[in-house]
Amino acid sequence: MITTFAGALNTGLRRALEDDPKVILMGEDIGRLGGVFRVTDALQKDFGNNRVVDTPLAESGIVGTAFGMALRGYRPVCEIQFDGFVYPAFDQIVSHVAKIHYRTQGKVHAPITIRIPFGGGIGSVEHHSESPEAYFAHTAGLRVMTPSTPADAYSMIRQAIALDDPVIFFEPKRRYWDKADVDFVALDRDGGLPADRARVCATGTDATIVAYGGTVATALSAAKIAGEEGHSLEVIDLRSLSPIDFDTIAESVAKTGRLVITHEAPVFAGLGAEIAARITERCFYYLEAPVLRVGGFDIPYPPAKLEKFHLPDPDRILAAVDRTLAA
Amino acid sequence: MPDKVEYPVQLVQPDGRRVLDREHAALVADVGPELLRKMYEDMVVTRRIDTEATALQRQGQLGLWAPLLGQEATQVGSAHALYPDDYVFCSYREAAVAYCRGVNPSEITRLWRGVAHSCWDPSAVNMTNPNIIVGSQGLHATGYAYAAHLDGAEIATIAYFGDGASSQGDIAEALGFASSWSAPVVFLCQNNHWAISEPVRVQSQTPIVRRAYGYGIPGVQVDGNDALAVLAVTRQAVARARSGGGPSFIEAITYRMGPHTTADDPTRYRSSAETEQWARRDPIDRLRRLLERESLFDSSFQRSVADRADEVARQVRTSTIEMPDPGPMDLFEHVYAAPHALITEERRAYAEYLAGDPSEAAARPEGVPS
Repeated sequence: MITTFAGALNTGLRRALEDDPKVILMGEDIGRLGGVFRVTDALQKDFGNNRVVDTPLAESGIVGTAFGMALRGYRPVCEIQFDGFVYPAFDQIVSHVAKIHYRTQGKVHAPITIRIPFGGGIGSVEHHSESPEAYFAHTAGLRVMTPSTPADAYSMIRQAIALDDPVIFFEPKRRYWDKADVDFVALDRDGGLPADRARVCATGTDATIVAYGGTVATALSAAKIAGEEGHSLEVIDLRSLSPIDFDTIAESVAKTGRLVITHEAPVFAGLGAEIAARITERCFYYLEAPVLRVGGFDIPYPPAKLEKFHLPDPDRILAAVDRTLAA
Repeated sequence: MPDKVEYPVQLVQPDGRRVLDREHAALVADVGPELLRKMYEDMVVTRRIDTEATALQRQGQLGLWAPLLGQEATQVGSAHALYPDDYVFCSYREAAVAYCRGVNPSEITRLWRGVAHSCWDPSAVNMTNPNIIVGSQGLHATGYAYAAHLDGAEIATIAYFGDGASSQGDIAEALGFASSWSAPVVFLCQNNHWAISEPVRVQSQTPIVRRAYGYGIPGVQVDGNDALAVLAVTRQAVARARSGGGPSFIEAITYRMGPHTTADDPTRYRSSAETEQWARRDPIDRLRRLLERESLFDSSFQRSVADRADEVARQVRTSTIEMPDPGPMDLFEHVYAAPHALITEERRAYAEYLAGDPSEAAARPEGVPS
């Protein structure tokens, strides 16, 4: 069935609501409006305002009350309207949601999914294009996921909600309107690729590109252009940012000997640094060149007219590929 | 609940005489000798737990302790208004509430000894573990109360927090959510006058309870050193919650007679005159005077209370000292509910390191891909 990324998420949320009466959606404007990106479209109409809850406008309140509901056996799915709005909820997420299982020696679970539209590329105003994933990947107790395709959006949101661990679920907002043919029946049957596994989405032999979320499509474009120029690039979609599937990356690097990591977030102390360090440790004797990173600059997210320079594009990725191939 | 900001509810005067308050006395009209004596015993026992834990900290057996000295009436009085199926969200000073909820005294010091981040099993007593981040539990309680409401459960959820926490945004957000959702939650602010070194006037220039009115939540101020009055107003709030009446706010005016924690030195920021003034309003003395006036306090009762306090103190001391230290591999337990590759890898590598594997590779992630 042809669906958009947002539509696939909507279907995933609908199935989760159908499957488990303890699943409850909560957030700002998710009811009659269906969310500002329409991801929860029609769900309140079909499941009622006790299952799809319009909350007061307060992010700490959304996550903090979700935490209390989880203590009573619910599985809340919170929507944070935009990436830059999650910071007021940061304490609730890192101090309570992330730590309760450890704090209570496993006696209390917090099966909360926190959906956050993230990243840029849609010409938005300040606080609407950020990539805060490193804060959350750095926090033990949280899982961090980000799908890059409609099929993954469907299967990964369902896996996230089913998990007994809290999940920060980043949705690359510039992919909301991407369309694809999704085989929901097959995904329902086999559950899809486990969310903690990376996927090799283009095979190649000369260099490996690791990407996630909004930059996967960019990396695939770069690989296509490189192919036309005679270079064979392997592209890996991480899917899970905590944990990271280093095995899949290491296998690829053992084959290609070269690694470029790309993400929208600022490079300094970003996930690319972690991947570079771990892969250098694991694949030191396979690497033909230093691991390179192509990311956002170490600046606040810039105004819309500047974001095209800030976001990694195929040209910047290919420039890094050229450097690694030349080494 | 009426606005009684200027006149906190009081049912027992400091000298033990009853106060004529038709509305609130009616709420505790059924409280006879047995319950009065039980509350007195619980206050004495929890003061003894507090004294014992403070001593254990001084002796190096606990890393820290947050004394509740002076707040026994607020905690014991309110706890006796709750039913077993009600749910308590606490801060970190509610050892007396925990004791009244049926927490085994031998579990009360576990967090403070540093062997775990928690003390008891929350589901066993319907009470969360000490919450160190002040104010966040107001939201947790509101969410729990809302969930209980969705379940159709006729219970109350209560959140304990202090005057300092009342300044936190989470308490404000909790009041907003509770009001918006008509959540069956009771906010109980223990205004003990001091947030570490900051007097309550730094937190608020108006009575804290007035904040609730702005959210459309009824509130009441109560003499927090009067266990009977606290019992009365908490019963009222709990009944309101259980019957679908929505949230309530109680500001209990009490005093933290000891330090904020065992690491604190209150002589640096408050006068001995102030402390002495509040000592004269000691909540335990007050209830004892009431019992004496009503011929409910005799030597055999006094003896039985002292015996119970001794027994519990011995239990706290013994269990604290005998708590085994966790082992190094416990570091990695329960970070996640389901296996997580990073934790699995670090656990394996550290186990090999501890086993004394001489190869350098053992402490590193697996060498090369297979």
